[in-house]
Amino acid sequence: MLLTIEINGQQVSSKRGETILTVLNRIGVKVPTLCHLSNLSPTGACRMCVVEVEGLSHLVPACSHQVEEWMRIHTHSPRVLKARKTLVELLLANHPDDCLYCDRNGTCELQELSEELQVRERKYMSRNKPVQIDKACPSIQRDPAKCVLCMRCSRVCREIVGVSAIDAVGRGSHTRIGTSYNRGLNFNACVRCGQCIMVCPTGALTEKKSIQQVIEALSNPDLYPVVQFSPTVPAAIAEEFGLKSSKDILNLLRAALKKMGFRQSFDASMAADINIMEEAALFLDRLQKNTKLPLLTSCCPAWVRYIEVFRPEFATYLSPVKSPQQIMGTLIKQYITSSAGVKPGKVFVVSVTPCTAGKSEAESNGSETRLVDAVITIRELIRMIRLLGIDISNLDPEPADSAFSISSSSGRLFGISGGHLEGLIRSINFMSSGQELSPLKINDLRGLKPKKEAKVRINKQSVNVVAVSGLANAIGFIDEIANGRENIHIVEVMACLNGCINGGGQRTGTDEKCLKSRMKALYDIDEEEMVKVAHKNPVVNELFEKFLSGPNSQRNQEILHKTPLKTSAI
Amino acid sequence: MPTQAITDNRAFLVEKVIKNYSGIFDASTTERVAVIRRDKISRPVIYLGTGTSGSISGAKATLGKINSYLSEARFSADIIEVGCTGFCSAEPLLDIQLPGKTRLSFRNVTEDKVEDILNSVFHHTLPDDHILGQYKQDGLEEWPNIPMLEQISWFSLQRRHILKNAGIISPASIEDYIVRGGYKSLYKTVLNYPADKICEIIEQSELRGRGGGGYPTGKKWKVALDTAGDQKFMICNADESDPGAFMDRAVIESDPHRVIEGIAIAAYAIGASQAIIYVRTDYENSLKILEQAIGQAKDYGMIGEDIFGSGFNLSVSIRQGAGAFVCGEETALLSSLEGQRGLPRSKPPFPAEKGLWEHPTVINNVETLANVPGILENGPGWFKAVGTKSSKGTKLFSIAGKSVYTGFIEVPMGLTFSTIISQIAGGVKDGRALKAVQLGGPSGVCIPPADLETPLDYEALSDKGVNLGLGGLIILDDKTCMVNLARYFIEFLQNESCGKCIPCREGTSKMLDILEGITKRPKEESTHETLERFKGVVQLENLASVIRDTSLCGLGRNAPNPVLSSLKWFREEFEEHIFDRKCSAGVCHDLRSFYIDVDLCNGCNICQKKCPENAIVGSLKMPHFIIESKCTGCAICFDACKFSAIFFK
Repeated sequence: MLLTIEINGQQVSSKRGETILTVLNRIGVKVPTLCHLSNLSPTGACRMCVVEVEGLSHLVPACSHQVEEWMRIHTHSPRVLKARKTLVELLLANHPDDCLYCDRNGTCELQELSEELQVRERKYMSRNKPVQIDKACPSIQRDPAKCVLCMRCSRVCREIVGVSAIDAVGRGSHTRIGTSYNRGLNFNACVRCGQCIMVCPTGALTEKKSIQQVIEALSNPDLYPVVQFSPTVPAAIAEEFGLKSSKDILNLLRAALKKMGFRQSFDASMAADINIMEEAALFLDRLQKNTKLPLLTSCCPAWVRYIEVFRPEFATYLSPVKSPQQIMGTLIKQYITSSAGVKPGKVFVVSVTPCTAGKSEAESNGSETRLVDAVITIRELIRMIRLLGIDISNLDPEPADSAFSISSSSGRLFGISGGHLEGLIRSINFMSSGQELSPLKINDLRGLKPKKEAKVRINKQSVNVVAVSGLANAIGFIDEIANGRENIHIVEVMACLNGCINGGGQRTGTDEKCLKSRMKALYDIDEEEMVKVAHKNPVVNELFEKFLSGPNSQRNQEILHKTPLKTSAI
Repeated sequence: MPTQAITDNRAFLVEKVIKNYSGIFDASTTERVAVIRRDKISRPVIYLGTGTSGSISGAKATLGKINSYLSEARFSADIIEVGCTGFCSAEPLLDIQLPGKTRLSFRNVTEDKVEDILNSVFHHTLPDDHILGQYKQDGLEEWPNIPMLEQISWFSLQRRHILKNAGIISPASIEDYIVRGGYKSLYKTVLNYPADKICEIIEQSELRGRGGGGYPTGKKWKVALDTAGDQKFMICNADESDPGAFMDRAVIESDPHRVIEGIAIAAYAIGASQAIIYVRTDYENSLKILEQAIGQAKDYGMIGEDIFGSGFNLSVSIRQGAGAFVCGEETALLSSLEGQRGLPRSKPPFPAEKGLWEHPTVINNVETLANVPGILENGPGWFKAVGTKSSKGTKLFSIAGKSVYTGFIEVPMGLTFSTIISQIAGGVKDGRALKAVQLGGPSGVCIPPADLETPLDYEALSDKGVNLGLGGLIILDDKTCMVNLARYFIEFLQNESCGKCIPCREGTSKMLDILEGITKRPKEESTHETLERFKGVVQLENLASVIRDTSLCGLGRNAPNPVLSSLKWFREEFEEHIFDRKCSAGVCHDLRSFYIDVDLCNGCNICQKKCPENAIVGSLKMPHFIIESKCTGCAICFDACKFSAIFFK
């Protein structure tokens, strides 16, 4: 139902049930927000978006208050501006004055707010509370001193991720974001997905940095540093440096990595191809024996951690194949560099991923030696590129320096929810029938929906597959399975909503527009790439011949399957 | 008592008393009711107030003494533990009823008084003091020269509708409640009226929520009734957490079945089959009594399945709140009930539309619900006859602080502050001057003596920018420092803020910092710090207005009240603290400076020995001196001096 309201003297039509903020956004009036996130439930906690409604004694939050027929709204009246400014001043009173040293200097929303509202002096005395930085977790670091208690992290953790690893504790000015029993992130339900970092407006939540370690390795003449990067890295780098996301960007990235001092760079999509081959064979085996179905994919370390910690009863359904990052690490350390004559102990493998959980995964892989020595997020890579003075836009693109960098577009599709499944089905179909799937593209598995279901015919058999992203959605789905939903064959899970394109290690300031362009970049590659299926990747086939054995063989299991871990929440 | 007898009593009470529409009993019923009412007794009955306030005053020891007295004297008498009449400063209250005579009430009966009082009463004489009065009981012989209770000042102005049974009946007995007309209204309700009719009756009565908001109860019920939903909830809010307010506790402890009956009628009116009583866990006694009462009500078929054969089902359960102040706010209470952190939610949607687990939910305060059976019994007109134009009925107030008498009272809406203080509470203790009356809990306001003629009703108070709140009155005498009091309430609110919204969480914390800056004097203060302190003071009013404007829930919106009202009416006291660094009430320790009157000091040296800061110098038998810069204002010397030679400014 349409109704007319008045905003700053202008007649505006709006729908019943809309929030004031929705209407304001539509007509181009910007009110500052802090706790608001479009895909989370509004809480109206920060009060930054308050507006004046004639006839009401107090100001109302635009984000959670719905429009009503009679409303005459003032969004920037003196009373409103004074209130907003005071609120920011109150937040700043307890906030450390160390912007220059902060991880988020320049990208901090609190900085933005105080600039916007022209806060120019410290009006209120601070009561400095001693706080401890929680840095035991290999993926995520928390600095409670910088927290403004907008509760975005705790809401993401509850509503999108579904584990509630962090939430508010204490009352009044003693309120803080805490972990269970105050034992820190390393000893609680956290699955390390890093979505909390993505929504944190300040520098309270950051990834645990490995930049220093990588720089030291790069300058250590005794080491042989190599790098692998995930399929979504090129697009993000293009965004950050204002480059066109084309095929060239891959080679520009390679050039930049070379300039940084990496001796070789590998595209982890190749390892994704291997992952597909192994998993396809494994699935056909399970399908034939009709056991351990549905197959749950295991390329997302946050999801794997969730199953290990919360739902061990599902662990047998989980694919035992290592994630692409770990497969790449294995291959580099055990085959590629040694065949090039480098001593295994000297190789230092760095992985660039949009994933904070990858850091934890590399640390605890079950074997004694590390397969990946350091994992850096895309944010860290961007910092390193800047730190090392690399002007990426003026570099000459450099082709792949190793044969092992060839990958199919199926491997690239790992970067988006549904993509892994799509590549997997292509190879399953080929392995089982000897023919290519036609058409190769599975439209049901594409797009930014959190849950995508598809029914495909493979060798006269109907196979039902589901791709779920956002761990909370995945939890809901496996609950469905636990409650008796049958006839599902493969479930692909990505803990971050829409998969790695929205990973916890992605660029700061990722929004829906970014997601769409990153998605498009990956789908475009699938259109343009010659090799679209893993089983046609010549390097993979060569590896299977020379180093590995046939898919799902004893030898492959030894090398490519992971050692099961025992983890618990507390 | 054998099981058979209970069943008989139950059948008798349900069939002959509750279901008796006319209220006119035949001879045998009258006889039996009189026995259950203890109007007709064969041996003495001793009533002792063992509610929370009684227990605190020593009623448990009194009870032990009564028992040992009876066994020693080989005297047989019944002992009935009752709730609280509201006259807390007279606790422990002991009543004795002898066969054929009216019930006599004694005040402040501590352990040591028991023997005297029982001895004399049992010998039909009267002790010299401790007599409060006697009850008016038709058909029984009155004690000569003893005032009726309803004539003494504490009770004479009261209109006891909710408190009708308080302190008179045993809260542990449903029979006591039924023979005084209990559960009749519920019977009438479920048998005669459709749900919307009940909402209408309550709306006609103009009953308004007693929890503080003053929203018309009938309207609220109607919204919940009209909102579609397969499950609705009725919630009784007994999370009374204002310091100095204890009426809800007293109502539950004295007359639990009145509350349960109110809940049942309300649940019927909104179409709820589940009712929850949210009680703070510190109210141990209330919890015990409520549990017992719910059990009895179930037993009697007053709640449960198919009540009175009407097909109306209701389960009543108790949930304990951990004692967070904010959980008294209705939306925070809902979060707490859902097992989450007790955080308020934005309204709208209101709970009546979307409440507990998104179902339509009505949350009413104990006092509101306790009013309901009376309205149904006597009609909306009866209720409306009392009170003022905008505020009908009676209201419970608790009286605490520096008045001669303290406790809780039920008076018609619209009595003035001064009537309550001077006529009911007996004025200010020790003949001191009245400085202010604090009303409405921690986020309430202080009313100056000039405004004491304001009637206590919703409209008159809101004209003055005051919220009636739960009805806690705290009497403050001239020894109170208003700045310190404001600081105390802000500290309370700061500690109890849920921490969700910035203005309440950070704003009250900064206000507290500013007020602490005013009430304390640092030993050394740099110019910069002095400047900061002044800056804070300048911010105080601005901060208060932003907190009021932007806070999420009522708790935050009212949080600046204690400061704003004190600033409005006691500004000079703030100025004295800020500019003169002086607290004339002598409360703010850090601002006191002590001096020794050389004429009175005989040099006994005690003060010097006791001073923890070595701030006193002087030789024996010579007048001493206090070194001002060393003195912290702790007042140990002041208390130690036997010659009143020490004074402070």
